[in-house]
Amino acid sequence: MSEKAKVATASLAGCFGCHMSLLDIDERLLDLIQVVEFDRMPLTDIKRVGRCDVGIIEGGVANAENVEVLRDFREHCKVLVAMGACAINGGIPAMRNQFELADCLTEAYVDGVGVDNPMIPNDPEIPLLLNKVHPIHEVVNVDYFLPGCPPAADAIWTFLNELLTGQPIALPYTQIHYD
Amino acid sequence: MSSSDLGNFISRVTDQYSRDPLQLINVLREVQDRYSHVPSEAMPQVAAALGVSLGRVQGVVEYYSFFHTSPRGQYEILLSDSITDHMLGKQPLMDYLCERLGVSVGETRADGRVSVGNASCTGMCDQGPAGLVNGYTVTRLNKERVDEMVELIDAGKPLSEWPAAYFQVEDNIRREDALLGTALEDGAALRAVLDRGEEAVLGEIVRSGLRGLGGAGFKTGIKWSLCRETHSTERYVVCNADEGEPGTFKDRVLLNRDADRVFEGMTLCARVIGAQRGYLYLRSEYRYMLEALETVLQRRRAAELLGENILGVPGFSFDIEIHLGAGAYMCGEESALIESLEGKRGVARVRPPFPVTHGFVNKPTVVNNVETFVCAALIAERGGDWFAAMGTEQSKGTKLLSVSGDCARPGIYEYPFGVTMRQVLADCGADNALAVQVAGAAGHCFPESEFDRRIAYEDVATGGSFMVFNRDRDMLDMARNFAHFFAYESCGFCTPCRVGTSLMKNLMDKVYAGHGTEADLEEMRNLGSVMQETSQCGLGSTAPNAILDTLDKFSDVYQRRLKSTAFEPAFDLDGALEEARQLTGREDSAAHL
Amino acid sequence: MSEQSSVRLDGQGTAAEAVSDEVARSEEASILLDGQKVPFSEGQTIMDAAMAAGTYIPHLCHNPEFKPHGSCRVCTVTVNGRTAAACTMPAQNDQVVETSTEALQTERRRLLQMLFVEGNHVCPACEASGNCQLQAVAYYVGMLSPHYNHFYPQRPVDASHPDFFIDFNRCILCELCVRASRDMDGKDLFAISGRGINSRLVVNSPSGRLGDTDFHTGDKAAHVCPVGAILFKHQGYDKPIGERLYDRQPISEVGDARAAEQGDQSNE
Repeated sequence: MSEKAKVATASLAGCFGCHMSLLDIDERLLDLIQVVEFDRMPLTDIKRVGRCDVGIIEGGVANAENVEVLRDFREHCKVLVAMGACAINGGIPAMRNQFELADCLTEAYVDGVGVDNPMIPNDPEIPLLLNKVHPIHEVVNVDYFLPGCPPAADAIWTFLNELLTGQPIALPYTQIHYD
Repeated sequence: MSSSDLGNFISRVTDQYSRDPLQLINVLREVQDRYSHVPSEAMPQVAAALGVSLGRVQGVVEYYSFFHTSPRGQYEILLSDSITDHMLGKQPLMDYLCERLGVSVGETRADGRVSVGNASCTGMCDQGPAGLVNGYTVTRLNKERVDEMVELIDAGKPLSEWPAAYFQVEDNIRREDALLGTALEDGAALRAVLDRGEEAVLGEIVRSGLRGLGGAGFKTGIKWSLCRETHSTERYVVCNADEGEPGTFKDRVLLNRDADRVFEGMTLCARVIGAQRGYLYLRSEYRYMLEALETVLQRRRAAELLGENILGVPGFSFDIEIHLGAGAYMCGEESALIESLEGKRGVARVRPPFPVTHGFVNKPTVVNNVETFVCAALIAERGGDWFAAMGTEQSKGTKLLSVSGDCARPGIYEYPFGVTMRQVLADCGADNALAVQVAGAAGHCFPESEFDRRIAYEDVATGGSFMVFNRDRDMLDMARNFAHFFAYESCGFCTPCRVGTSLMKNLMDKVYAGHGTEADLEEMRNLGSVMQETSQCGLGSTAPNAILDTLDKFSDVYQRRLKSTAFEPAFDLDGALEEARQLTGREDSAAHL
Repeated sequence: MSEQSSVRLDGQGTAAEAVSDEVARSEEASILLDGQKVPFSEGQTIMDAAMAAGTYIPHLCHNPEFKPHGSCRVCTVTVNGRTAAACTMPAQNDQVVETSTEALQTERRRLLQMLFVEGNHVCPACEASGNCQLQAVAYYVGMLSPHYNHFYPQRPVDASHPDFFIDFNRCILCELCVRASRDMDGKDLFAISGRGINSRLVVNSPSGRLGDTDFHTGDKAAHVCPVGAILFKHQGYDKPIGERLYDRQPISEVGDARAAEQGDQSNE
């Protein structure tokens, strides 16, 4: 590849664990930046995604802001990747789907132990919650899925290598897991 | 309802059914009738009295549409949700009914007086919009009749005092051929088998080429032979009168007009295979016929055509019991029907073994359709050659078609097999037909270019449903109606049908609402293919038929609703914020998507 | 559904053939499974024959200790070109059976995806993860995402029993616990209720709670759940994630979770 591929990442309703796993590729990061230029991602502090070759999304879609970021990524990235359990099926945040949103918010901000000044926050700065948490493929078209909670660093490495060199994605058995 | 009242009632009812676990559905129906639901306290009592597990009772209650776990109104009104009832104006009528009664669909009015809901096709497609009031069929509903019904309900008038015209069901026979047009004296088929012997009559059935007329088309002679050849002292004859395929109503007409010949055919079968007991599995929607059918059975017993020593022949004993269904399309499938007869959830069995060797209570059992039994009775008297002279190479005899939809003369049309759809359309006065859906929701859809195809097993097979759609219709209404139907009627046993029918329904709704894309259509095709290939029984494997057919043959009805975008979200994003907007009282720009 | 198309017709035809074929069966009867000759004996299904020969056909509701059930459909194979469930289809001489085609793997993947979106399968939060057959078969067929839209049903967990949890979110309706409790334990503690997508596992007690039954750790039903729906209390993550049955080797090599569990026990 003559020019570096532009790659952006974001964490929606996730725990940043997938991003930590990306960092776990350790010294291979140095190899990666030989062929990749990072756009928006936690390392660069770029706030809005620009035109990119690859967008990698961690986390599910839990609120209005998640939707906006995800749409922005889809619009700007040629290839969109769902990374990790939350992006793929909602993961742990989607466990709140077992309850009504009103019950979740009431428990957290009204009836919960130690709540002071009970009220459901309504500041316009705070992203409004969706009634359920969804995986990203229910909101935008997704090109690749990389499962795991988080995907192992080796799996991320294999995936990026194959993707960036135009090979078919073929993860070895030990690199595919959902937990 | 006091607990002692309930206890006494259950004890009386279970005694009446000899505390026989096979009678679970009958017992539950009595409880449902009396209390307008099956109270949760009733379930352990019924379980204990019949010696079955509570889970089994609960499983049965929650399986059948006509059992409820919460009270229904003193009057329960269900409107048929068949596409043909819709074409006759069901939805505006439903809206009007709900408005007049002050109740919404699926709910019981606060005063407990009335509840309103939907029912799958009630088999009155030739005289709809139709429905059920406390389980009894009402036909030809219109606004005036709804007004009258609302008054009767408000006045608390018992159903027995409602005008008889409401419950009038017409046969609407429009064309007779060999089956409807040939007289059969009561007992003639039985005398034939007694004169000529079982082997000879079975030979005639085989020679006739008669095939199952419920739609599956299995050779009746082979079925009877296989059952007869089993080593068993106990065999059963079951008549499948669970005509649940949307658009089918020919068995209704046969049972109303020709019950004697149906029972004669069953008795003939019993003589041939060596059975002492038979069941008529009557769909619950035809409950209105129950008393009349019981009367026919009584008359036949009195005439020595049923019971001990039939026609005075020692050892020729056979009797028939009528078993009412409880609302499950699935039970039209023979092994599911047998499960239901045994008081269980109507789920298809693993086959093989087949009912001919392991049927009712695991004994050899012949299950045939109503029409098949009538044909068998005629063949016993007239001979196989008489029958085989009609029809086509692989489809002998005649077929009753239930014609409904956009035509001047809906009703029953009997033709020799091989008739073209075009001929049927001409005869029923459908001069503006866009499409015909043959064999019901599970069947196939044919546009005008295929109207010259023939009704026969070698071409277009059908159990009888023939629904006509004219050029003003939107075929997507039909496909969507069927998608909802199958999601509702899937028994839930196997993965592709249980999940696939619901996924399909959701995709159809998305497309229908104008949120679909080309990718969604592709998804429906793929999903349909998996359902066809992997489902356990015919329900799942035929459920996608109408959708795949219309995608293929009426693609414009899908295309004109599609978004031009490549992808649309699975759900309404802004709508998904509504709850949070309400909880926070926010209406700022960030509170919307 | 009073009408049926070709499906049952063909099925019935098979019955007729089966009756006449019984006589023809001899000891060296065999099927051709993915091109390999696999012998079978009278009464065996295609799954039985494949298992005996050590050929893996993916399955979930099938457990060789129980009568074939045929609900998950994951063992769908082609038999003389037509699809059938290997677990319920009787083996017949000279059947040409295919199980490894790409088309079948795709269909199985779709079935797995249906099971995943139907319930709430949060693998990272499940004690059975790594020992779960649903997960392992999904790995085997190369499932990377649930693909479909999720139903997210709301199903409360039953933790009323002193020794067990039942997490209905993970139930795949294989009925193994229903069958084990009814047919082996003689307790009949479980049943299926509801219909269609609302089908659900219920506990056979007046309260509907497992704590009000005599369910016991020694029950067969306590040891047959292929997923994490019926879980033992007082133990968890004895073996860490990463070292579990399916973490290193595919199910096609190490077999079913419960069979392996019993193997472990017998080794101890």
